[in-house]
Amino acid sequence: MADAVVTDTRTRTEPGFFRRNKLAIAPWIFLIPALIFFAIYVVIPIFESLWLSLYQWNGLYDAEGNSTAVWVGFENYARLWGDPNFWTSLRNNIAWLVLYMLAVPAGLFIALFLNQTVTGMRFYKSMFFFPFVISQVVVGLIFGWFYNPDFGVVGTVWKAIFCEETTNILGNTTFRCERPVPDILSSEQWATYGIIAAGLWPQIAYCMILYLTGLNNVAADQIEAARLDGAKGWKMLWYVVVPQLKPATFIAVVVTVIGALRSFDMIAIMTQGGPFGSTNVLSHYMFEVAISEYGERYGYGSSIATVLFGIMLIFISYFLWRMYQDEKGGR
Amino acid sequence: MFPRPIEKSGATAKAAYQAFLPIALIMWLLPLLAIFLTSIRSAADINSGNVFGWPSEFALIENYAAVFTQSAAAQYMLNSVLITVPSVVISVALACLAGYALAIYRFRVALPLFFLFVAGNFIPFQILMVPVRDMSVQTGLYDTIAGQFLFHAAFQTGFCTLFMRNFIKALPFDLVESARIEGVAEWRIFWYVVLPLVRPAIAALAVLIFTFVWNDFFWANVLTQGESAKPITAGVRALNGQFVNNWHLVSAASLLAAIPPVVCFFLMQRHFIAGLTLGAVK
Repeated sequence: MADAVVTDTRTRTEPGFFRRNKLAIAPWIFLIPALIFFAIYVVIPIFESLWLSLYQWNGLYDAEGNSTAVWVGFENYARLWGDPNFWTSLRNNIAWLVLYMLAVPAGLFIALFLNQTVTGMRFYKSMFFFPFVISQVVVGLIFGWFYNPDFGVVGTVWKAIFCEETTNILGNTTFRCERPVPDILSSEQWATYGIIAAGLWPQIAYCMILYLTGLNNVAADQIEAARLDGAKGWKMLWYVVVPQLKPATFIAVVVTVIGALRSFDMIAIMTQGGPFGSTNVLSHYMFEVAISEYGERYGYGSSIATVLFGIMLIFISYFLWRMYQDEKGGR
Repeated sequence: MFPRPIEKSGATAKAAYQAFLPIALIMWLLPLLAIFLTSIRSAADINSGNVFGWPSEFALIENYAAVFTQSAAAQYMLNSVLITVPSVVISVALACLAGYALAIYRFRVALPLFFLFVAGNFIPFQILMVPVRDMSVQTGLYDTIAGQFLFHAAFQTGFCTLFMRNFIKALPFDLVESARIEGVAEWRIFWYVVLPLVRPAIAALAVLIFTFVWNDFFWANVLTQGESAKPITAGVRALNGQFVNNWHLVSAASLLAAIPPVVCFFLMQRHFIAGLTLGAVK
């Protein structure tokens, strides 16, 4: 009898290695496919890029299959310092960051406007969200056409206000304008702002939807209580509603910052960085340098990417820190 | 509710609000409406300068058919589907596994690994561009469909894992606990207990990733060269060069490129929005 008990406990306490460490091994088995994939395509390339930024390389390999990259140390960064295109791009990146932030209050404003329950509201909400769903390439094309001085909407409206239609000797209609029609995307001064305005359109839609979801969760009793205390309008918004929308605001800011620094598609479509590099941002300039018609400059391109990565890292660290605080608090 | 429901402000206010709504919507979507009108115009209208007024005749079918017959648009659309669908399947599948691991098990590196996925999701594409392009060239994946969907799947795994982990974390842990006490194997817990519960998250991720990958333009430029593997976004840009001043055709092509994500959005709106808020704003 006693023997039987002993053998029984022995088989229980000495199962196989895998079974004993089940809870320690299992997570890794679930994680491995994602980790391998993510490491190959995301984590390792980051370090490769950082490393490559210290080389000069046209992307070619010699006959033996060895890379032709030449170590140049920090020379790429020294060149960046003296590269006016780099500074223009950086300045434009800052303009994007600052002006793109307008999407957050604008999105809140539209969300407040739409936060009603009249019939058909769902339809209106989804239609207002529409611009975010379509590709930025399409948005870029739409606005490129919108801004066109000859036959775009801006040109047409301008002509209606400032121009007089006349017919010349040959019978063709011409316009005589008090002020010439602005060609926004060909103006070194205005093109960047034109593109940012176009970019704001889908971004406002995104922020709006975040706030609409947030507004659904605003505690009704607090609003009622504040109303009884005589709060209304701006005061109500600022002191009662906005604090409750904090999670939505946080995400709106995160996605707007990321969106601003990632802006590439619209620039590539609308101006390709021109006129004379005046609308370049780091992401587009990097692409232009690394894969250009004049041969590939992978090393120099990587140094630009590294600078952009550095800027982004400041924001990423802040977001992660905030998330970490939430994780700690959430336990 | 804030702002105060319009019903409480009287019938006039409500009527005014309802009358203003469509006007506001038309103003908001003006660029889109304008391009839609252009896409159904005839070439004659474009040439005579009638690009903003009402079309003199409607050429909806002609224009959209012309896009397909005069360009490689059909090929581009097919490529987009072939790139997008595997990206969605792979990234969501990987994220279900990884999200489960990060949410259910307590081990020391769980949080750092989770943050790795989150951070990877926010980095600029340019920092990956040269190595990924070089790797694709070396392995023969450059200018192929597979080269693109493998990258997208890997990159989107970051976002999907972030979302999935938070979703699973919010599920009642007792479910897993009691299954363990019953002696259910870990992978069976994943398959039979957790997976059925994360269906809404899978739906949300599927529509979102579909939209993200479909709308990708940057990687299409980095990883492709010719027409054989180009998705529609890069294709539309090529068409823009090919159809210079044929604005009715360019507009039609752009709208075609926009249709699949738009349909996706309208069919699965609720899931789409849940996904966009990163699961944080419920």
